[in-house]
Amino acid sequence: MSRSFSSVVLENRPVHKSHNLIILSAPDEMPVPQPGQFYMLQAGRGTDPLLKRPLSLFRMVDGSIQFLYRIRGKGTSLLADMKEGASIGMLGPLGNFYPVQSSLKIPLIVAGGIGVASVFSLVENIAGRAVVFYGARTKDDLMMAEEMRTYAKELVISTDDGSAGSKGNAAAALENYLASNPMLHQDLCIYACGPHPLLRAISDLAFRYRIRTYVSMEEHMACGIGACLGCVVNTRDGYKRVCKEGPVFSATEIIW
Amino acid sequence: MSMDLSVSIAGLELRNPVMTASGTFGYGEEYAEFMDLDRLGAVVVKGLSVKPKEGNPPPRIVETASGMLNSIGLQNIGIERFIKEKMPFLRTYDTKVIVNFFGDSVDEYVEAAEKLSSVDGVHALEMNISCPNKQAGWAVFGTDPSVTFNVVSSVRKSTSLPLIVKLSPNVTDISVIARSAVDAGADALSAINTLTGMAIDINTQRPILANKVGGLSGPAIKPVAVKMVYELFRSVKVPVIGMGGIMSGDDAVEFMLSGASAVAVGTANFINPSATIEIIDGIASYLLGRNIGRVSDIIGAAHAA
Repeated sequence: MSRSFSSVVLENRPVHKSHNLIILSAPDEMPVPQPGQFYMLQAGRGTDPLLKRPLSLFRMVDGSIQFLYRIRGKGTSLLADMKEGASIGMLGPLGNFYPVQSSLKIPLIVAGGIGVASVFSLVENIAGRAVVFYGARTKDDLMMAEEMRTYAKELVISTDDGSAGSKGNAAAALENYLASNPMLHQDLCIYACGPHPLLRAISDLAFRYRIRTYVSMEEHMACGIGACLGCVVNTRDGYKRVCKEGPVFSATEIIW
Repeated sequence: MSMDLSVSIAGLELRNPVMTASGTFGYGEEYAEFMDLDRLGAVVVKGLSVKPKEGNPPPRIVETASGMLNSIGLQNIGIERFIKEKMPFLRTYDTKVIVNFFGDSVDEYVEAAEKLSSVDGVHALEMNISCPNKQAGWAVFGTDPSVTFNVVSSVRKSTSLPLIVKLSPNVTDISVIARSAVDAGADALSAINTLTGMAIDINTQRPILANKVGGLSGPAIKPVAVKMVYELFRSVKVPVIGMGGIMSGDDAVEFMLSGASAVAVGTANFINPSATIEIIDGIASYLLGRNIGRVSDIIGAAHAA
């Protein structure tokens, strides 16, 4: 088993004006990744950018690992330029993963924006069970929504401008669902990935409705393996490393 | 051709000149999955203080051109837990273990050195003097020659282990501080620690790091580090451990030519967890290509007329 390896780019294509899907070969000796884990990807060959890029695993399909990423800086631009056949230095799978609760729980999965990349394989793994709340800025910013629909029990779309689904963010959609479904809330479990303010809002809801909730956190990261202590988040037990104790944390653990 | 990669630093015989830079290698455990620690000349562990330290709030790191800024804030588990939880693991290896430590007062440095000196399996101490002194308005110890002399000589009296002093580059003349450290009893010097720097987010118009200021490391600082090692080779008689942006065997060779008797690899570990191994192999292939049988023969070679 090795978590340090080189992959070959099998496909690297735009799925949106600022997002790409990259499909990489996965060597046999790589440990099988779990939903919520991430990889460090080498972008470019030189020293600028210097560090590998942490990306959540989107899917693992037929011996390939797939990443859905937003092109936002030098590193991800270089990544977007990588052609089929190019080799890319990788570390992974890294970090912990979404703990899947017993079948009694109804999984509510929340994705905000590119957070869809992290939760997609979870929805897929528990196909037919999850109610998914997927929020994006506009209709055009929704990615993989139709693919998601095939694995979700129910897909609730929301957009900031109301161009698709309900108007507002995914937390508002979740709250609406919780308020209008007078079921036993202790049978629920929430998994969320998205921008920090969204996760905080989800965490507030979780507290109010007393629902066990897991959030996938993000922080500036250098090594990805727990050595640099760069990617910490503040928790009730002090600083914890997103790359090692996370990226998935219990919402009650985080000091928002 | 037989190849001799061994070097001697402060009475320590290292199987090769490649060590890890403190703070970039944890306590070794995170890397054991990716490489054989026994191939290293020495492991230098994350800096320790007498009491645990929780470190700075995030964001703690930001990438810059060919480098990165960090303001971890010296987070560490404290000497007691290190001895109990980390030393048993390190003792299973046959490499040299060098413990980096710091304090915020002379007394704390002395207490740390005393506690570490009796620990089985600790081969040397590396003293970080780039931290603030609470008894002097939080001025950095290692930027003043007399403060440096004072703290190093106090530590010197409290340990019989080889004592390496890690110098700050954020000074007008590093040789002045180096001479103070050597006069106070340092057996070797590490150079350089990170350079202070800042990055500002032009959208929020605020510094990116929560601590505002951080330490710059990576290839961006290599020429500065090479020049400082070059100066130290001329100004002090003790061996120098060179560090600052070493990414390859060739970079390590450059430091040794400038005067380093050994090198430490830091930021490169973050990018490639087996970087140290590739650097050891890179040094060997440089020597092989030039028919040089002993790595110690290239130390300071750039000073030849």
